[in-house]
This record gives sequence, structure tokens and C-alpha cells, in this order.
Amino acid sequence: MDNQMAKNTLSPRRRIVNLLVHALLAVLALIWVLPIVWIVLTSFRAEPGAYTKTFLPQGYTLNNYVKLLTDRNVLNFPKMFRNTLIISIFSCTISTFFVLSVAYSLSRMRFAFRRPYMNLAMILGLFPGFMTMVAQYFILKAMGFTEGSSIRIGLIVVYSACTGLGFQISKGFFDTIPRSIDEAAVMDGATQWQVFTRITLPLSKPIVIYTVMTSFIAPWVDFVFAKVLCRANSDQFTVAIGLWNMLQKEYIYQWYTCFAAGAVLISIPIALLFLYMQRFYVEGMSGAVKG
Amino acid sequence: MNEDRITVSNALRRGDLFTRVSAVLMGAGMLGHRQIVKGALVLLVEVAFWAYMATTGFHSLGMMPSLGTEAQGKVWNEAKQIFEYSTGDNSQQILLAGVITCFAIAGLVVLWVLQLRHSYALQRLIEEGESVPTIKDDVKSLFDGNLHVTLMTLPCLGILVFNVVPLVYMISMAFTTYSKEGEHLILFDWDGLNQFARVLNMNGNIGRQFWHVLAWTVIWAIFATFLNYILGMALAMVINRKDTKAKGFWRFCFVLSVAVPQFVTLMIMNIMLQPSGAVNVLLQNLGLITEPIPFWTNAMLARVTIIVINLWVGIPYTMLQVTGILQNIPAELYEAAKMDGAGPVRIFFKITLPYMLFVTMPYLIASFVGNINNFNVIYLLSGGGPTRVGDTAGQTDLLVTWLYKLTIDQQYYNLGAVIGIMTFVILTVITLVTYRNSSSYKNEEAFM
Repeated sequence: MDNQMAKNTLSPRRRIVNLLVHALLAVLALIWVLPIVWIVLTSFRAEPGAYTKTFLPQGYTLNNYVKLLTDRNVLNFPKMFRNTLIISIFSCTISTFFVLSVAYSLSRMRFAFRRPYMNLAMILGLFPGFMTMVAQYFILKAMGFTEGSSIRIGLIVVYSACTGLGFQISKGFFDTIPRSIDEAAVMDGATQWQVFTRITLPLSKPIVIYTVMTSFIAPWVDFVFAKVLCRANSDQFTVAIGLWNMLQKEYIYQWYTCFAAGAVLISIPIALLFLYMQRFYVEGMSGAVKG
Repeated sequence: MNEDRITVSNALRRGDLFTRVSAVLMGAGMLGHRQIVKGALVLLVEVAFWAYMATTGFHSLGMMPSLGTEAQGKVWNEAKQIFEYSTGDNSQQILLAGVITCFAIAGLVVLWVLQLRHSYALQRLIEEGESVPTIKDDVKSLFDGNLHVTLMTLPCLGILVFNVVPLVYMISMAFTTYSKEGEHLILFDWDGLNQFARVLNMNGNIGRQFWHVLAWTVIWAIFATFLNYILGMALAMVINRKDTKAKGFWRFCFVLSVAVPQFVTLMIMNIMLQPSGAVNVLLQNLGLITEPIPFWTNAMLARVTIIVINLWVGIPYTMLQVTGILQNIPAELYEAAKMDGAGPVRIFFKITLPYMLFVTMPYLIASFVGNINNFNVIYLLSGGGPTRVGDTAGQTDLLVTWLYKLTIDQQYYNLGAVIGIMTFVILTVITLVTYRNSSSYKNEEAFM
């Protein structure tokens, strides 16, 4: 009712303000969308090279995608795709188990090591992640995971071993599930394990999906650890190193438009996953903040 | 001192034969108190530990003070007509083995305390005539009352081996001469606090770079965190306005950019802003400029560009996160303010901002820490450049990217480790100070 009244009796001043606001939003939206449109157009560009005389492509072709998916000699993109897929499936399984286990223990169980663990996680989080990178490399080398196809195992370990520190969002979510549900189940004779697997997990589908997806995406978007571990072993490259390599001096002229094609191909599934899980993220955030 | 408590000293003073023997022969207490499987396992661990110590452990500990002395030898073998190499010491491996041995000893001490207390507890159970849990009971409890042990053992092991050990190892490097400088890559020595002095000394070359990088890191983190926060909130509020049409469409436009992987966006931005990249081409075609703008080669311009691009990356993110919280602000607060005749600006500064700061303080601190350690943005956009001749740190390098360059590119491992420790110290101070002064810490109850 109030709304209706306001709409009908907009003062001229408010009309102008509204017009300005929408114009501003349009300009901003253009700034945010334009680079994305540009990269999509570039992926279909017929002329090679990173730099062209015109902002928009002169001709369009599908060849960039064809070359990216079929050329196996210089930068073997299909192989990189397979490497990354294998790594992310394994590391996703391990990370999901680690994150959910730790989050459940900290949320529901009470034990002496609980507080120290949470404090320790906070302190470890203040060290720059790259500080451990060199040392991790030496440790993996001592274990023999830095040569040939065992690099994959090394990468899986690097991506999943420390995920037990990233429990905050899941714990925040578990905290919001009423404890009375657990207590009722325990009264009926359920063990803690049964409460975890039969009650908490089914009730936490959003956060389980969120955890699975974030840990699945991680190997696709990390290139620093992958670069340090793979060094020159081009057989073991992941997609992110491949894309990064396409922009280096020796490849950029031939591969720039293919890079754009690769970027589009990688972004589509990740964008879809992101749009799907964005609400869980916001929920987890506000849950953790409130808790 | 409570005499009934299960402590190590009580176990040693009041323990029976089995309990006391387990101070030397670990697991004996359990073996003697009807817990055969557990006792045998603990005993096995102790045997394995001493076997490790005898074969390599004591040797690595003994090598720790010197970190190895023997250089790799090269001798011409006249008969075979080849150079023969003798294996020399490798300080890096010696240091790693030493650190691992220290962790093994610490682990055994923990196990020793736990098993001693457990033996004493078992002894007391038997004395009081209660039944001792069988191995079946123990396994069962691992899925019930002790589920946390089952769930957290592997994650903790992962963190210990791939986070804590590497961290300690890296920290120990800060006190050595492990560096390409002076050819100390294979053999190096303990160096005390010399590297710290070098980094902190404002007159030296490294020290001058450190203070420059530190200043830029802090400026960057402040700009990146607060500009993103304020502008992202402003955007969310503009879209949330009652009179804004097509809210979903606007949100979608901005969220689209968050959905593209960050490293892809950043690499594209880097190319677009090159002298002959798309942005300069566009501006030249429009006739706005005649010479390309040197986005990455002018230090000041590179810094501004990085902050602006980070806004492009970060604003939609903030918008996403604060939209829900903004809608949670109690409407009565706004109505009361309007009744009192407060204008929109006053309402923002007196109600919206304080409320948001209260709710999102932990998020703000986390994002400040994240920005201090923001590797991707700098590394992919400017690569730390432009770099002055003779410097290892570029004009836009953060402490983390400098750390990366020092260790991976330059192999100055000791300096890299010092930089890492300094980053940690700075972050700890900033986090503690802001957190303790924030209203969410002072008043945990509620807003207002």
C-alpha cells in the first residue's frame, strides 16, 4: 500500500535521482561485463597474436577451439585436462572427508584438544601459504613424489593434506543444526557415528555440496603449487599451468586465441558451479558470523 | 595435590610393577592389565622408534650443530679416465632429517605420557574391581564417544606432516646461511640472527627493499580491503534501493565476473593493459590518447592500476556477501532515525556502517589478512614489476610475492624464511590489535 502510493506520487527530484542511479548501474555493468564479452569474442578471433590493431576481431572462426582440443604436440591440452581431472577427483574425495570430519568433531564433540586445535588453526592461517611451499617440495622429494607420474600423487597430497584447517564454514553450518535432534537419536540408541552419517550429513546437503565443489575446483585454478612441483615435466602439467604457459613469450603469438578459448571452456563449468553454490556460500558466511 | 588424580607423577609413585615398568618398556602396563592388543601396539611403536633412532635418528641429531662439513669431492681417476665424485654432506637434507627426528622424539614423549597415565588408570580400575574395557569396547567407542579420534587422526596427521613440519623446517632456515649468495646451496651453517639484522637494517640494500615492500604491502592491504568493502557495500545498497528496477539483472551482471576463475581474469587484464593491449588500442582508436599508457612500467601507475583492477575483482564479491546482512538490519532503527529527521548520509554513518562493522568484523580481518598474503593479484598482474636495477623486489611486490621470488627464483632461502616470519609477526600484531579493539570483541552480546 505504502509502496503503491510512493510510485504514483514520485516527485520530479526522485525521478531524476532514479534515472541517474540506473544510468550509473548501466555504466558499471558495462565495465564489469565488457572484459568478459571481449575474451569470449577473442576466443573466436580469426587473426592470431595477442595484440591487434582493432578492439573487436575482424573475422570469426572455430579453429581456436579445434586447435586447443586436438593439438597434442606443443601444448597438450587434452592431456592437461585429464591430469587435472584425475588430481581433482582424488583430492576432492580426501578434502571433503577431512573438512567434514574436522567440522563435525569440533561442532559436536567435546574433547581436551578442541580449543587448542582451533587456536592452532588460526595461528597457522597467519603464515603466508607460500612459506611452506618450498619445504613441502623438499619433503615430497624425500618421499619420492617429485618425478614422473608420481608428481600427481604429490599434487593430490599438497591440495588435500592440510584441508583440515579449513573447517570454519562447515562448522558454522553444523552449529546451526539443533542439538536436540542428536540427543533424541542418542536416546534411541544411535552411536555418534550414526548421528554423523545418518542425521547430520543428510541435514547438511548444502554444505556438503559446497565442500565437494570448492575442493573440486581448487586444482583447476591453482597454478603456483603445480608450477613448483611440475617444473619442466610437461607431461604432468595441469590446465592452469597450461593456460599460464600459453601467455609466455615463446607461445603467446601462436596460442593467445587458444588461451582465450581455453579460458572460456574452463570458466563455463566453474561459473555454473559457482552460480549454483553462491547461496550456500552466503548462508555459510552469515551462519559463521552469527555463530 | 589431589592424590586420586591420574597424572604421570602419581603413576610413577603409586603405580604397581606393570605401571612402573611401562615408564621404560612402553605398553607393559597395558599388557599387564589385560589390554594385550593395545599394549602390543604401543610396544611396537617404541621398538620402531628406537630402531629409527639407532639407524638414522642419533646420526641426524649429531649432525645438527654443524649441518655437515664435507664438501662433494671430485677426483680424477687415471685408470678409468673419468672424474669420480665422492658424496659430500647435504646440509638441507641434514636439517630436514634433524627436524623430523625432533618431531619423532616429541611424538614419543606424548605417547609415553599418554600410555603411562592409561596404565595407571587401568590399574585403578582393577583395584576398584571394575571391568577393564576389551579391545572390542575400545573399537566400539571409536565410533561413539571417541568418534573425534577416528575422524580427526588423519586430518591432523596431514596438517602435521604437510604444514607444521614444513613450517618449522622453513623457520629454522631463517637462522642459517642457506642461500645462493656465497654459494651456500649445498653446504651451509648456522647463522644466528644475522639475516634478521640484514632485513631490518634500513641502510643496507636488502633492508631498504624490505621497508619499501612492507610500506607498499600495508598501503595495498588497507586500500584493497576498505575500498572493496565500502564500494561493494555501496553497490549492494544501490541495487537494494526500493526504487531500483530489475535488481536480479544488475546482480547477475556483477556476479558473472566473480564466476570466472580469478587467475583467468587477472591474466586477461594483464594482457589487456599492455602497451599494445586492448585498452590502449580502444583509447587510441577513440582518439583520447596518442601514446599508449604505460600501465605496468610506471611504478605509481602500476600501483594504482593494481588497486583499481582489484576493485573490479573484489566489489562484486563484497556485494554478494553483504547483501544478506544489509537486509537483516532491523527496520525500526531506520524508522526511528527518520523520525528524528536524519538524512540518508547521517543514517549511513550512524546506523548502517556501525551495524555492518559490528557484524562483519571477523570477515574484514580475514580479508585484510588475505590481502596482505594476496599472491595471485600481484604475481599475475604486474609480476611485482617494475623492478629497479640491482633489486630483487619490484616496486609493486608484496611481502609474499617477494618471498616467492627470493626462494623460487633467486634461491635465497634464508632471506625468504626471514620475510615469511616477519609477515607472520606483522599479521599477528595487526589481527590481535584490531580484534581486541573491535566492538564485536568488547561487547559480545549484541549490537547497540
